[in-house]
Amino acid sequence: MNRSLLIAGIAATTLVLGACASKPKELPPEPGTANTQTTQPPMQPSGPVPGSQADFMASVMSDTVLFDLDRYNIDASDQGILQSQAQWLSRYPNKSVTIEGHADERGTRDYNLALGERRANAAKNYLVSLGIEPGRVMVVSYGKERPIALGSDEESWARNRRAVTVTVN
Amino acid sequence: MKLRFLVLAAGMASIPTLVAAQQVALPTSAAEPADEGLTGSVSDENEWQDLGIAIPAFPTNASVATEATGGTTEALGKNVARVVFNDLKNNGLFKPLGPDQLPAVAFPQVAAPTFDTWRGRSAEMLVQGFVKANPDGRLTVGCYLYDVALGSELARQGYVVKPDEWRRAAHKCADMVYSRLSGESPFFDSKIAYIAETGPKDRRRKQLAIMDSDGANHRFITNGQATALTPRYSPDYSKIVYLSYLNGAPRIYVYNVGTGQQTLVTSSTNPTFAPRWSPDGKWILYSMAIAGNTDIYRVPATGGTSTRLTDSPGIDVGGSYSPDGSKIVFESDRSGGQQLYVMNADGSNQKRISFFGGRAATPEWSPRGDQIAFTHMAGNFKIAVTDPYGKGMRSLTDSWQDEAPTWSPNGRIVQFFRTERGSGKTGIWQVDLTGRNERKLNTPVDGSDPAWGPVLP
Repeated sequence: MNRSLLIAGIAATTLVLGACASKPKELPPEPGTANTQTTQPPMQPSGPVPGSQADFMASVMSDTVLFDLDRYNIDASDQGILQSQAQWLSRYPNKSVTIEGHADERGTRDYNLALGERRANAAKNYLVSLGIEPGRVMVVSYGKERPIALGSDEESWARNRRAVTVTVN
Repeated sequence: MKLRFLVLAAGMASIPTLVAAQQVALPTSAAEPADEGLTGSVSDENEWQDLGIAIPAFPTNASVATEATGGTTEALGKNVARVVFNDLKNNGLFKPLGPDQLPAVAFPQVAAPTFDTWRGRSAEMLVQGFVKANPDGRLTVGCYLYDVALGSELARQGYVVKPDEWRRAAHKCADMVYSRLSGESPFFDSKIAYIAETGPKDRRRKQLAIMDSDGANHRFITNGQATALTPRYSPDYSKIVYLSYLNGAPRIYVYNVGTGQQTLVTSSTNPTFAPRWSPDGKWILYSMAIAGNTDIYRVPATGGTSTRLTDSPGIDVGGSYSPDGSKIVFESDRSGGQQLYVMNADGSNQKRISFFGGRAATPEWSPRGDQIAFTHMAGNFKIAVTDPYGKGMRSLTDSWQDEAPTWSPNGRIVQFFRTERGSGKTGIWQVDLTGRNERKLNTPVDGSDPAWGPVLP
């Protein structure tokens, strides 16, 4: 029972983190059936598949860099995060990423699309400055259309002013 | 689709003479047109606003079956009068009394009102009309405006419509009454494109939708699988330009209303957004980001080569043509925050016009040319207007977040959308230039990004 709840909890967390990556949703296993009857495939002893989104998430400091109000500069903490992403990209030279640029809800729609584009490009330019081939880094702006924090307060807005790196095949 | 106008002959029994789409203007001294200018005259500081107007049901010469709402020409006559009444009432215009509050009028009285009866009902103005079924299945709707105190006719029009277009005849009638009494241009017979919104804040489904100016004839255009944003009707209503994430990235599409087909506005692989039409429908303005820098471009509506109009390192976005097509107002953050700039249509002579404190965004030039509506961000997001030189700025609304104004065809009303703090729920609202008559439009679901088109021919 406790085990099932734990699995469900992890699945839910994964869903929240992966919301922007538009990954297929996986339902938690049916309670009570998982550990007795189903023959589990052999577990990967060493965690996620190398080069996968899960591997990316496990390897980098964060998939997300945050921005100040109306700003798009890459500050010191952003640099550390992007350096860890660049290291992962160096390890898997066949992998590409998309950087999704976002703005908070306290802006007009058109401008926020342009601002999200600017932020995603700022993150991309930093990766390129670290030696990543520009063609491996796509960008897309969602403006204010896809908030991750749902409140209308400074803390939520700060979390929504972001650029999120997502792996693609 | 074109609605045929008639000038009604004096005798009701005779077949009205067909003429071109001209409004009948009978000489009278009842209402002088308001003095217009660049100072931003205000719509309801005139005495006409308090006029009581009686609008009884429109009788028919012979009640026969029709496909229009109501099923018979008699029932339809009441529905037409209701639409006229609601047009005036919902926009805070005049003091109308509708067919559900008034006695019926006999068909012969339409052209010969019993003025004494109406004088006793504190109605200064009287709108009467009729509905007739034509042998070809279409309908003739007559509309008469009388000054009760003078006991004289002020205006009359007739419209020949297909049964499914009967509401247009009612809107034309309301437009005639409004124009004749206020001196303003008509606006009721027009349509709105907007974005219908459903779902939670982090997974908002956004569909392109259209409706008449009163919310009737609502239709969803897209199914919501791809996020749709910022539509604009072409001046002839044949197309809608809008942004879609159809293939994962934001791109501008031109949707053909008649065929349902859509095409990309440019073949560029860069993201394009904030599309706008030129007043003559020949050009589309759009914004495009290249390597993070957004500038404004112009492309022939039929496709072809784009011309870049701005080249600042800041974000230049949006844009709205002056009614004569000679100038464009747009927003730019080249000086720091978002501000309004005006340039010539070829991109020359770019000058900042907003110095109001706070930020200014989403400018829309009034169809009359005398005002620019915009989103004023100073604490709250308010809808405000200024003249084209940045003078005489006034706020029309004050709520947590109002944005993206669009003008009524006559430049007297501004529609916008309002976002609720916290929930992120949205609704389409409108306010007149006084800022006093503010109301929410009824839409089937939440709505944003309204775009009001011109008056139909």
